[in-house]
Amino acid sequence: MTTVDLPLPGSSGSKLGGLDLVPTTDETQKAKDFTSDQEVRWCPGCGDYAVLASVRSFLPELGLKRENIVFVSGIGCSSRFPYYLDTYGMHSIHGRAPAIATGLAVTRPDLSVWVVTGDGDALSIGGNHLIHALRRNMNITILLFNNRIYGLTKGQYSPTSEVGKVTKSTPMGSVDAPFNPVSLALGAEATFVGRALDSDRKGLTEVLRQAAAHRGASLVEIFQDCPIFNDGSFDVLRKGDEVSQRLIPLVDGEPIRFGNDGEFGVVRAASGGLEVRKVDEVGEDALVVHRADEQDPTQAFALSRLSDQDLTHTVTGIFRNVERPTYDDGARAQVTAATEQAQQRGDDLQALLRGKDTWAVMPTPENEQ
Amino acid sequence: MSTDTEVGAELPDHLVAHGELRQTEVRQTHRVVIRFAGDSGDGMQLTGDRFTSEAAAFGNDLATLPNFPAEIRAPAGTLPGVSSFQLHFADYDILTPGDRPDVLVAMNPAALKSNLEDLPHGGVLIVNTDEFTKRNLAKVGYESNPLEDDSLAPYQVHQVAMATLTRTALEPTGMSKKDAERAKNMFALGLLSWMYHRGTEGTEQFLREKFAKKPELAEANILAFRTGWNYGETTESFAVTYEVAPAALPTGTYRQITGNLALAYGVVAAGQLAKLPVFLGTYPITPASDVLHELSKHKGMGVTTFQAEDEIAGIGAALGASFGGSLGVTSTSGPGVALKSETIGLAVALELPLLILDVQRGGPSTGLPTKTEQADLLQAMYGRNGEAPVPIIAPASPSECFDAAIQAARIALTYRTPVFLLSDGAIANGSEPWNVPDVDTLPDLSVEFATEPNAPDGSGEFWPYLRDADTLARPWAVPGTAGLEHRIGGLEKADGRGSISYDPDNHDRMVRLRQAKIDGIEVPDVTVEDPDGDAEVLVLGWGSTFGPIGAACRRVRGAGLSVAQAHLRNLNPLPDNLGEVLGRYRRVVVPEMNLGQLAMLLRAKYLVDARSYTKVAGLPFGAEELAGVLTDAVKGDLPA
Repeated sequence: MTTVDLPLPGSSGSKLGGLDLVPTTDETQKAKDFTSDQEVRWCPGCGDYAVLASVRSFLPELGLKRENIVFVSGIGCSSRFPYYLDTYGMHSIHGRAPAIATGLAVTRPDLSVWVVTGDGDALSIGGNHLIHALRRNMNITILLFNNRIYGLTKGQYSPTSEVGKVTKSTPMGSVDAPFNPVSLALGAEATFVGRALDSDRKGLTEVLRQAAAHRGASLVEIFQDCPIFNDGSFDVLRKGDEVSQRLIPLVDGEPIRFGNDGEFGVVRAASGGLEVRKVDEVGEDALVVHRADEQDPTQAFALSRLSDQDLTHTVTGIFRNVERPTYDDGARAQVTAATEQAQQRGDDLQALLRGKDTWAVMPTPENEQ
Repeated sequence: MSTDTEVGAELPDHLVAHGELRQTEVRQTHRVVIRFAGDSGDGMQLTGDRFTSEAAAFGNDLATLPNFPAEIRAPAGTLPGVSSFQLHFADYDILTPGDRPDVLVAMNPAALKSNLEDLPHGGVLIVNTDEFTKRNLAKVGYESNPLEDDSLAPYQVHQVAMATLTRTALEPTGMSKKDAERAKNMFALGLLSWMYHRGTEGTEQFLREKFAKKPELAEANILAFRTGWNYGETTESFAVTYEVAPAALPTGTYRQITGNLALAYGVVAAGQLAKLPVFLGTYPITPASDVLHELSKHKGMGVTTFQAEDEIAGIGAALGASFGGSLGVTSTSGPGVALKSETIGLAVALELPLLILDVQRGGPSTGLPTKTEQADLLQAMYGRNGEAPVPIIAPASPSECFDAAIQAARIALTYRTPVFLLSDGAIANGSEPWNVPDVDTLPDLSVEFATEPNAPDGSGEFWPYLRDADTLARPWAVPGTAGLEHRIGGLEKADGRGSISYDPDNHDRMVRLRQAKIDGIEVPDVTVEDPDGDAEVLVLGWGSTFGPIGAACRRVRGAGLSVAQAHLRNLNPLPDNLGEVLGRYRRVVVPEMNLGQLAMLLRAKYLVDARSYTKVAGLPFGAEELAGVLTDAVKGDLPA
């Protein structure tokens, strides 16, 4: 098969941000401007509240016209999200939000398109759409709420639940190996992958800000609690003495170092991956420097593997943020180019319908009524 | 050959000529059915297509039936690998590709074996003798060579060493033997073109364009084509040639068109008429993929095509595009519809426009991908959870796909609803002449998006489910419209305001409103053809059975009996006058390529004793077969 060189936007050094084609407003916006009249109906203590509050207070920062923002969701507790924001929104069907957002993003470059999904919605029933949206690098921002449980169906294990987890559908413990959403996204060629904890408003907001600004698909995994069916699942990252030894916040361009006094660091392991060592044992020079814009995803992937099921080491922040042409820009560029050519040639519907091979049937006594 | 004495089968009485056979070598005939049959790799579809183009350009009326296996290249020379193309062309308006061929071109023993039983005794059989080797004969179970025993005695057999003749002719080009022999289909085309007085320029021009990048291949194929033509001209084995005069079709500019092409053009036109961008979200599936292929060429006409990761994503993206103000379209076949069902239900709940183009094929499951069937009617009608009514339109012929797509778009846009268009394999790949419409005569489909808040309480709110009093359609407010920010979704919505509602009465009201909206769609009355005016039997069909039913009615009437024919293009809602029409006849026969799906709907809705006549063989009905059924029905012997 032949291939052709595509004049794809973004491939020739033109830098288009994720929101550059979305109209902005000079009006001052506040969180309440993004608050719809719908009563929020999550369970008390649900992590979704914290994320909703962060998003509502963060959206005004973007300065976009509210009517040009669309939230699309699937099915699950988190997928009620769009109802609570006074933007355009669609609460769709289980797992399909990335597909629906794809059609919207391709046809409407003037919209900021967000997908809200959960671990079941995105990684089980919607796994196929998720990986293809990432692979295509659609210009959408995907918020993946990961509470490692099925909440809306009342407590079955999810594709991110730990092996051995006892739930309603796994009374003897789950034998199902979980996905690591960040690893999965990187493997699916995602150009932006971030992770944050629901309660860390500052960290979450920073990841959201960069995800929105990224042109292409952004995946943000948000750890959050389900107080009813998986209460306290991320407590080891929230409270206690060990938090600083577990959480590894990434800072772009800096050596990866954590702990109360920065006593731990991330270094290359003999296996080819990464491992956590004490800085005073290996020396500062041995620490790997984080570069989110590194094209080679190897190090980002290795960072995602530091975080095991037991959350011993949990990396947060932006794993990867690289440029690659987006599907929607490319598709639109072809339509634009073809339309210009058609206009130059004077193509019209009549000529198309006639085609090249026509014949005329002239009036005769037989066919004249 | 269908000489004048045989044409009565499909020909209206006033057209049956009684001219004598000329004593010259040129015979006039009203209609001919030719079937090209060979191995999948023999290029029979191309050969048939080319002959069709020549017949079309000459001004004949025509209908075609390609018939090919699902395997791209089944083992060479085997029965499953046989591919055929049947073409019926005539000097009057015909309705079907013909039941049986008058001329069968068999390129190998497998093609002969699998097609011979369709050739009536006395029919012309042209055989490529080169493939009749011991090995090839054994492969398909011939114990003796039919070219050497007397099994072909009932036919007019012409044995032609097509491969050898082609190879010899192409020797000067220096092509390999194998490559040269591949052009034998062009030899066959040349021979048939000579027999039927077709010009050579069109095909030569076509070959030069097709092989523009490989001129040597173009010239080799042209040489093979001319060799076939000259073979007929110079050898004495063909004593007679035939002329089929142009048909007296209504005035206009015509072109040949397949159903899938007409469907794609209808979608392009619908976008232009609605002044909306078209977005096709789809996944390749036989026999619908040509719709994607064609639409992907028309980006310059405002069409975006998206080949998704699966059927579900295809329709999901189309629905997303509709939410954004495009005309969302998805194309598929039965198995794809099954996967899309949940999203169609969402579209019903969201009340957004969406076209679902279902090119039906044999089922269940993967079934018969390349064969035709019309067994998706009930799936389209009811194949969703909950009460989820969807309008259904079914074109009756290849060219009707164009108008059907425009009508489907009009309904989708006017009523804010997903719409099913049920084509099928026979229509999709079959072709016929199309009187190309003047675009100025096509309907205006332009829509008005909501731009202002509409709350009846003057609150300045936007209520996404406040309906139009006439159509019951809800407003279409696209993202980017200030002040109309709203949320829609699959959860039940409050009538008017559109908030989530679990209220029992509201749900009951919304279910009935959605149904009433679809029931209230305006569709044209069904018309009845009953030339004698005294028929007691009505034959009612839908979709691609139109041609065979019409041809059968001509035969029945030609035999002096009366039968009335009506054909449904709108399956949901059904035409307002259908109940009255059904009530006018003592007996109603419903032929379908399924096990009686429409008949069941009619019996349920109208309490009419509609009798099914069904066949699910992957092939269209034969006119002769249906004529027998209808004749029996007229005489009082109804199908059970």
